[in-house]
Amino acid sequence: MAEQTASADRPGTAGIPARSAPETRDENGTAVQGATSRTEPAPAPGGEPKPDSAVVRDALGVGIAVGLSGFAFGVTSAGAGLTLLQSCALSLLVFTGASQFALVGALAAGGNPLTAAAGAFFLGVRNTFYGLRLSQLLALPRYVRPFAAQWVIDETTAVALAQPTRRGVRIGFTVTGLTLYVLWNLTTLLGALGAEAIGDTDAWGLDAAGPACFLALLAPMLRTTRERAVAAIAVVLGLGFLPLLPAGVPVLIAALAAPAVLWFEGRRAGRGTAAESAGESGRGTTDRKGTDR
Amino acid sequence: MSVWIAIGLTAVGCYLVKLLGLLVPAGALERPLVQRLSALLPVALLAALTAQQVFGDGNGALVVDARVAGVATAGLALVFRAPFLVVIAAAVAVTAGVRALGG
Repeated sequence: MAEQTASADRPGTAGIPARSAPETRDENGTAVQGATSRTEPAPAPGGEPKPDSAVVRDALGVGIAVGLSGFAFGVTSAGAGLTLLQSCALSLLVFTGASQFALVGALAAGGNPLTAAAGAFFLGVRNTFYGLRLSQLLALPRYVRPFAAQWVIDETTAVALAQPTRRGVRIGFTVTGLTLYVLWNLTTLLGALGAEAIGDTDAWGLDAAGPACFLALLAPMLRTTRERAVAAIAVVLGLGFLPLLPAGVPVLIAALAAPAVLWFEGRRAGRGTAAESAGESGRGTTDRKGTDR
Repeated sequence: MSVWIAIGLTAVGCYLVKLLGLLVPAGALERPLVQRLSALLPVALLAALTAQQVFGDGNGALVVDARVAGVATAGLALVFRAPFLVVIAAAVAVTAGVRALGG
């Protein structure tokens, strides 16, 4: 997979009709030109073709549902004391929900800009790993990547990874990204305007929107004991240090729950498998290295 | 002004980490430990943020108020696989309701 570059990438044959691509993608002019001029749409490794309309439908479903929740962000942001311009700037420029909520939460609590931004930044780091996966599947030319980067987030990744073909991945990514970007920014504006009109947002229970969003993002991640342990420790650290340290810092300390649990697991696994691995040799690990996807 | 500094730093930082993933050669960050850590960091951050925004009073003290009922309702809605917006709406409605009743 490492040798897969945009120019060398022509897996399989162009078995799928290429005609319907432009109209679904013409909104992002650069991406369309770059993506379509270079490679014919072709199946990504190992996938059954799926109709474009089905991909678009999936993408719109996610884009609209999550895009509308920008309303909750706009309200929360305005409720936290940010101006209309500041709220909109966050959605336009940051465009990754959890980081935005984290930032306004930290600022509302009186955190200094550095610690507030640090918490938001660490939440955004996961997008790097989405980008790694997407970059292999989208196989975009280098000069398109700076434009595509802003849309590398949870939802576009989820939709794109669910598509069986490269063409589907590209359509899924673009339609989800565009729908979400437009709606998220529009609803941020409406939410912030609405909150200013309402006045006391707490009376309407809108201060619960932020934590509810976090919980909704968190819930699907809590699949195994490992994630639950990390979450539990992080809650204890986050709440325990809240009265003791400046705003924004306790969250950063709570983040240490992740390496701590991994370290603890590593130690346990190290003790448990030391005996077996001595006899087993490295067969299994060399096998695994070759197959990446 | 400090708000704009925070917005600027967050915007630049978040954009760069997105771009990084698209630019680095595949395999560079594919070490299992790095991957596992990157999957777990959001879990820790989101869990801590949820807890703080439910129980924090904004001044560093911990309180129990209507938000607890609202976010607990959101948790219940998530258990029943309710859509994202329904989850948020339930949290807001219950918090407002409990507050109106003097909770």
